[in-house]
Amino acid sequence: MAEPKARLQGDEKYAMELQCLYEQFGYQKYKMSRFEEYALYAENKNFLISDDIITFSDRNGTLLALKPDVTLSIVKHAVASGERDTKVYYNEHVYRVSGAAHAIKDILQVGLEHIGKMDLYSVCEVILLAVKSLGAIDPDFILDLSHLGLLSGLLADIPEQLHQKLLLCISQKNSHEILQICAQHQIEQQTAQRVAAAAALYAPFPQALEQAKTLVSGDEMQNALCELEQIYAVLKSEGCADKLHLDFSIVNDMHYYNGVIFQGFVKGVPCPVLSGGRYDKLLEKMGAPTGAMGFAVYLDQLERYDQSAQQCKADVQLSYDEGTDPALVFKTARQLMQEGKTVLVSNDETAHHKEAVKIIRMGENAN
Amino acid sequence: MNTMINIALPKGRLGEKVYALLESVGYGCEAMKESSRKLIFEDEQNGVRYFWVKPSDVAIYVEHGAADVGVVGKDILLEQQSDVYELLDLKFGVCKMAVAGKRDFHPNPAKVLKVATKFPHIASRYYASLSQEIEIIKLNGSIELAPILGMSDVIVDIVETGTTLKENDLVVLQDIVPISARFIANKASFKFKNEQIVCMQNRICAHLPD
Repeated sequence: MAEPKARLQGDEKYAMELQCLYEQFGYQKYKMSRFEEYALYAENKNFLISDDIITFSDRNGTLLALKPDVTLSIVKHAVASGERDTKVYYNEHVYRVSGAAHAIKDILQVGLEHIGKMDLYSVCEVILLAVKSLGAIDPDFILDLSHLGLLSGLLADIPEQLHQKLLLCISQKNSHEILQICAQHQIEQQTAQRVAAAAALYAPFPQALEQAKTLVSGDEMQNALCELEQIYAVLKSEGCADKLHLDFSIVNDMHYYNGVIFQGFVKGVPCPVLSGGRYDKLLEKMGAPTGAMGFAVYLDQLERYDQSAQQCKADVQLSYDEGTDPALVFKTARQLMQEGKTVLVSNDETAHHKEAVKIIRMGENAN
Repeated sequence: MNTMINIALPKGRLGEKVYALLESVGYGCEAMKESSRKLIFEDEQNGVRYFWVKPSDVAIYVEHGAADVGVVGKDILLEQQSDVYELLDLKFGVCKMAVAGKRDFHPNPAKVLKVATKFPHIASRYYASLSQEIEIIKLNGSIELAPILGMSDVIVDIVETGTTLKENDLVVLQDIVPISARFIANKASFKFKNEQIVCMQNRICAHLPD
């Protein structure tokens, strides 16, 4: 008997592929509830992409939230259970308010987290899996790398009240306003030029590295760049480095993230489909200092990209008329299925994508 | 087809000025000169595809990737908080976002300030930064009328020369932020069409006044 073909579509298909990839590397599936106490998100609002959280009260008056994020729950669980080295992946629906219409959106998100002592290998493993995840979606992809140490080193000589404004400009590659803000606040011109050049920097990793070296000042930046260079060398030896770019304009919240941060793009999707980084500081905040790193893949962004995700079509449409013996319909369908075909049984022979299926008619009118 | 850059231009005087600039640096498109009702104009040789859209929609086309690059006023970028790269200040259409009101306006701290504006986000962020409570009255045009008729205390609007304000006996009370046209790019396009977009950026930049 022929194996029935699984007809996974769009985001389900990618979720399945990514799941296999993560299990290969020994990551275990993490399953969570649809909701979580709101307090968890309220305490860590800046860790979330959007602060529009959908809340409701349970019968005891506890404020709950439809989960907008999975990482916080995984971290909370890991901290509470006292596990020393956790490698998990998830395939979960998250809920956010989105767009101008402020509609509640249900987003399928796949990702992984590694919580425990991090060294060069562990960091490279997470990035390698990010590279492979993007590759599984489309061979034409880009993974942009940056490092929080580069950003904080870059802003070290600038008063803290300007950091937020400047980080926003950096994230927009807005060099002209960086220079303007710095001039208004009497920041040394050399420093201003360096921040502006860093924001504009974008190139494949080896080229960008040379340019970045000219922008380094201080140990923090030096160490960050050094770490990125080591990561690049490891990934190159694995044959996974040709799509890596260096981009200082990736900005994640400095209160949670430290170390490497990254964003992934696939051709044809206008926004990042993958985002992640090192977030030891979240663990510190939760009272269990250790290393942590992970990423999420936003499968909802792939909807518009996946052209093949059309309506599921059966190989054969089996039509019957009134008066046909149901047992005969079953028997015929079973025979077709045993040949490995998918069968759509219908009493309406005119409907259903006629061109793609072979119609077998049964009953009074059948010839 | 992959090498084409899609450019969203704002309909109107600003857009025409921007097209003239792009044409002068090698991104001309013959079809643009023919007056027609066409919406999309293509020049394969120069690798560009133009379309005219409503000025307030340019950033939306770019953010959603329908256009790779576009030109839009900073007022619109600030109001919509578009998630795009802002690569250049073209220094066209220079004006400012400001608070204006009647010449004899005196703020009354005991009352909630009524602000009429086309830019509710910019206005609310500005007053939030001052920790001042306000009530926003969103209008779509003729903003100057609101304080004259007593509907609002002040307005938050674009001030170019100040002539309209003067004619209506209004004055600028505070400047909020300088405004001008910006060259923007979609974040993913910037990566996948990096060479072409950076080349366009550099050519435009070389033509801008210092």
